[in-house]
Formats: sequence, C-alpha cells, structure tokens
Amino acid sequence: MEAFFKRLSALSATTILLILTSIFVVLFLYAKPAIEAYGLKFLVDPRWDVVITPQKATSAPKKTENLGGVNVDNEDDIPTVNIPKQNQKINVQEDDLGDIPTPASTTKVNTQDDDLAGVNVQEEDLGISAPTQNTQPQKQKVIYGGLVPIVGTILSTALAMIFAVPIAMGIAIFLSEIAPPFISKPVGIAIELLAAIPSIIYGMWGLFYFGPFISHIFGGGSVSLLVAGLVLGIMIIPFMASLTRDSMKTTPDVLKESAYAMGATKFEVIKDVIFPYAKKGIIGSMILALGRALGETMAVAFVIGGVFTFPHKLTDPTVSIPVVLANNFAESSGMSLSALFYLALILFVISFIVISFAKFYFLRDKK
Amino acid sequence: MKKFIAGIALAAVSSFAWTINGTGATFPYPVYKQWIKSFYEKTGNKVNYTGTGSGTGIKEVALRHVDFGGSDKPLSPATLKKGQLYQFPTVIGGIALSYNIPGVNNLKLSEEAIKGIVLGTIKYWDNPMIVKYNPQAKLPHKKIIFVHRSDKSGTTFNFTYYLSKMSPEWNQKFGARKLINWPTDAQGRSIAGKGNFGVSAAIKTNPYSIGYVDYADAVKNGLKMAEVQAADGKFVAPTPKNFAEGAKYAGFDPKLDFYKVIAYPKHGYPIIAATFILVPKEKIQNDKKVTAFFDYGYTNGDKAALKLGYVPLPESIKDMVRKYWADKGIAPAK
Repeated sequence: MEAFFKRLSALSATTILLILTSIFVVLFLYAKPAIEAYGLKFLVDPRWDVVITPQKATSAPKKTENLGGVNVDNEDDIPTVNIPKQNQKINVQEDDLGDIPTPASTTKVNTQDDDLAGVNVQEEDLGISAPTQNTQPQKQKVIYGGLVPIVGTILSTALAMIFAVPIAMGIAIFLSEIAPPFISKPVGIAIELLAAIPSIIYGMWGLFYFGPFISHIFGGGSVSLLVAGLVLGIMIIPFMASLTRDSMKTTPDVLKESAYAMGATKFEVIKDVIFPYAKKGIIGSMILALGRALGETMAVAFVIGGVFTFPHKLTDPTVSIPVVLANNFAESSGMSLSALFYLALILFVISFIVISFAKFYFLRDKK
Repeated sequence: MKKFIAGIALAAVSSFAWTINGTGATFPYPVYKQWIKSFYEKTGNKVNYTGTGSGTGIKEVALRHVDFGGSDKPLSPATLKKGQLYQFPTVIGGIALSYNIPGVNNLKLSEEAIKGIVLGTIKYWDNPMIVKYNPQAKLPHKKIIFVHRSDKSGTTFNFTYYLSKMSPEWNQKFGARKLINWPTDAQGRSIAGKGNFGVSAAIKTNPYSIGYVDYADAVKNGLKMAEVQAADGKFVAPTPKNFAEGAKYAGFDPKLDFYKVIAYPKHGYPIIAATFILVPKEKIQNDKKVTAFFDYGYTNGDKAALKLGYVPLPESIKDMVRKYWADKGIAPAK
C-alpha cells in the first residue's frame, strides 16, 4: 500500500513534466517553419504580416479575371521560403490534412503549397490559386516579426506590476494587521471573489467603462497600453493581496508580541518582523501574479488596441503576444499560423525565464 | 392507450429527425440562428452552427470534421476542387462606415474622402475633401481617429476588397486582406477593437472617430452611419434596400461555384458582402440535409434576415443556387 501510494504520487508529478514537455515540443514543431524562415531575426523585427516586394513587377490586377483585378492578398500563402523548406512544411503539417486529397500540392510547390499546409484553402484561395498565377508569389515576401508584441507584453506586464504591487501590499497589511475582524472578514471575502471573476469580465468592464474613463483623464484613446496595464493590474491585485495576507498571517504571534513588548510600533513590527518572516510567501504571490499578467489574454485583448505599432506614449495602443494569438488564431494558417506558434513559443520562454529568474534571485538564500 | 400510440408516433418521427453540424463565419451567425430555430420547430431536425470564424470554418470542413463550413470569403474553383468542396452563397450583408462626430448627423463621404481617410492623407475632419459634400455640417478641426478591427476578420477582408476595387492606389499598396497594418496606425490616429462589438464600442466612446462595422451591429449599437458614394457617383445610405439594389448586380456564376466577391457593384450601396457555405463533395447524403436546411432558409427565412439587418439573396440567385444543387446531385430530397 505504502509503495503504491508513493508510485501514485510520483506518477502525478511526472505527468506535469510530461505535459510541459509535450507543450514545448508541439509549440516547437508547429513553429518550425517560421523559425526556419525568420530565425532569430523574428525577435527584433517589428514588422508583422507586411508584404514586401523585392521586384517591382507585382501587377496583380491582371491575374484574377472574375474578381475584377483586385489584388487579393493572402497572408501566408505567399511562400517566403525556398522549396526544400516548403517540403519540410508539408511534412510537419501533413497530419492535419486528414483525408484531403492533395495531388496538386506536389506539382505546384510554389503556389499551392501553403494552402495545403494549413489545409488552408482559405488563405490562398482568392489570389494565388488560379493556375495562371505561378509567377506572382515569388515576387512577394511576407515578413513576420515579433518585436512589437514582445515589447507590448513586457511593457503591459511591467505597468501592471508597478501599479498592483503597492496596492496589494497595502491591502494585505491592512487586512492582516490593522483592520478589526468585522471589517477584515468581509473585505477578505470580497477580495477572494474578485480573484474568481473571469478575465473577460474585466475586459468588458475595461472596454465600456474603465477605458473611456482613463482616456478622459489622461487623454488618448479608450484602448491603450495604459488601460491594458491598469486593467491587468486590477486583475492581479486580488491574487497578490490574498496570498500576501495569508502568508503574513502565518507569522507566529509570539514574535509579534515580543516585538511589541520591546516597544516597537506597528510600522516597525510590520517592517521588521512580519515582512521578513513572510517574505517568501509574498514574493511567491508576486511571481504567481506576474505569471498571470504575462499570459493574460482576453481582458487585454479588449483594451490594448491590437495595433502593431510601438507605443510612443503610455496612451498609445499596442499589442501583446497573447492578444496576437487570440486575435489571429482562428483565421490563420500556413506561415501565419506558424508565426503565431513561434510567438507562443517565445512567450513560453519569456515566462519561463522571468519566473525562474525571480525564483532564483529572490529566494536564493532561503531554503 | 391513445397516449401510448401518440408516444410511439412521436418516437417514430423523432427517430427520423437528423442532426447536422457546421461551423465558421460569425457574420451570418444571427441569421443562421434564427433559421435553425424555425427549421427545428417545423421539421424537428437539428442544425448546430457555431461562429468560430471563416478560417476555422474552411479548415474544419476541409478536414471533414463538420457537415458544412461557413465562410465570408469565397473560395476559388481551383481551391474548391483541391479541397473537394461545393460552395454556395446564403445571405448578403452590408458594412457601414460609422462615425462619432458630436453635432454632425448626416455625413456624406465621397470616394475621394474615404480613400483619403483610410490611406491617412486626410487627417482632419474639416478637410476640404470632406467639407465639399457636407457644406451644412459643422466639421471641427479635429484629428480623424480611424477605428478598425484588431483581429483577423472577414469584415476587414470585405471592406478592403471594396477599397481595392474603388482605389487602384489602395489595391497596389495593400490589396484585400483579413488583417491590415493600416497607414493610420503609424500616424497614431488609430484605435483597434476586437470583433464588431469592439469596434462599435470604440466608435461610441471616442469622439471624432470613424470605422467600419457590419450593418447589423451598427444598427444594434445605434451608431451614426455615413452615406457613401456609390460606383455610379450617387450618395447612398446604408439601408437594406440599397444593399439589395447592389446585390442585383452581384453577378454570381454557378459555373465558378459562385466564386465572387460582390463589393462595389455598379449601382446601389457599394460596401456589401455575401457569405458562403461549403460542403464536402463526397458526403451526398449529408449534403442533402444541409441543402434542405438552406432551402428552408431561402424559402422561409427572408423576413428573419431582413429583420436582423441582412439582405436575402435575390430570387434569381436563389434559383441559380437550387439549380447548382440539382446539378451536383445534392438537392434536398423532396
């Protein structure tokens, strides 16, 4: 029985590792075409889904007869890579082709490949698929670069932390040390309720009420980096506050009472007894909150603006990685899908680095 | 005893009832929902449709995960052949240019003005290009805030398709896409919203803004909608009647599997779009169920569509679609 119990718990622990690895592997496999096409330049390239035309001769109008010569551009179906890479892409994606007959794909690698990569009829359908258009794709190149969302993610998270940490600490101190029980109980429950609100509700509230309110005070539009940071901050305050309060409450009364007996003031007790004692828990709560802020999607998607430009002011709209994923995933395929997976991989790595850095740096001397 | 017989009869009926599943474009979702409801009440057959986006609709039907897919973007005959799909249009909708300028109510936008606004060359509301057709309106010297979609969407595709047909310059620079790096973004005069309601909310809450929204959503949100210059030079308001006028010139061709984006017709409101259904070629029995449902929609669903701000297909096109079904052997079983 004892051995079985040990096995079982070891198994649960292994599951986590397995899941983590499989997520990483899947992200990597799907991102592979984009990684190969853009490499590390993806990290520093601010252009997303921009078509560049190395040779000027993109006379799209003559191509599509019945569409009236509109230059229907299709994000990823324009191959940006050479043929061997495309073949690899086929390999990667073939699983999800399922039962779709793909005879055409092998013959017309240049034009037809992408659509099939994502099964995606959708992307390539209008512009390139007509058999007469073999020449066009080679002249255009679609560039995906992740710098804007990466910067947006870091800025909005940093803004949220700057806003949330002092307030959360204040709430926790008030609840655990200062407020009388008849106040701290209901307020504590209210905070836990706030933590349980789904993020989309924060998003809706931000979009319809908070965003306009902020733009009224600070100027700028009703959706911006500032609004996103503040909404994110508001979202993570309850987490941080309730975890911090709990860890402060674990301070043994003996310690506090001895400090008071020595003539310490409340401020001194909090600063010198409670904080050092609860430090680990407090930092842990911040790390959890940071993780949530980094990956928060729905609320931010509503209020950050979703514009692929660097914010020059706090009140400019920009975009973050989870928002790009949420906004574009349903409609992407081929190279744009793979660029999204690349972004997801980057987010994964960023969160991993930030959190492990925080853990090792802040908690290194404690055990 | 009677009850018992009735029960058996009911069981017999319901065992013949079938269910089909579809997914795809969100744009026609309200109409399909209405049709599904009345279809179920009348026939007992269930149709499930989830609005997941055109891209998903195409992918899912291409993978044969669903019985039909919805797409705002028509697929070319070559693509359809590759995916082994049939395609037909269902309803038509309009895209409105909605604006929020305090004190201005009847904005008229010429083609030049629209072009200038989207290309970022017209920066202020009191630009002579805009004032020219709005002599009475008190247009302020305020920056134009352009509101667009932040997510990839069929609405953006259809709007930019219209822009491409109207303006060669736009066509050259951007073309028709589902996601655009709008020139106004770089000038810092843009706001983006997620989904039609995100755009509507942004227009509502930001004065001096203008953006493109599905007509049905613009009506729902009580937004002011600009009159737009049609291809024939007349100014037309976004109304179902004017959409229908434009739809007359849609020029669908069953031989091309109705592959046609109908924006910018010769007359009538120019920013209109049809939405399409895709069905797998080999699943004839299922396709018959799908067409039975849409046949029901064509026959009985016009009122519901109009009420929701959409335009039913003209009768001539409906007949064309029915003939297309018959030719392909997927006409609903009578």
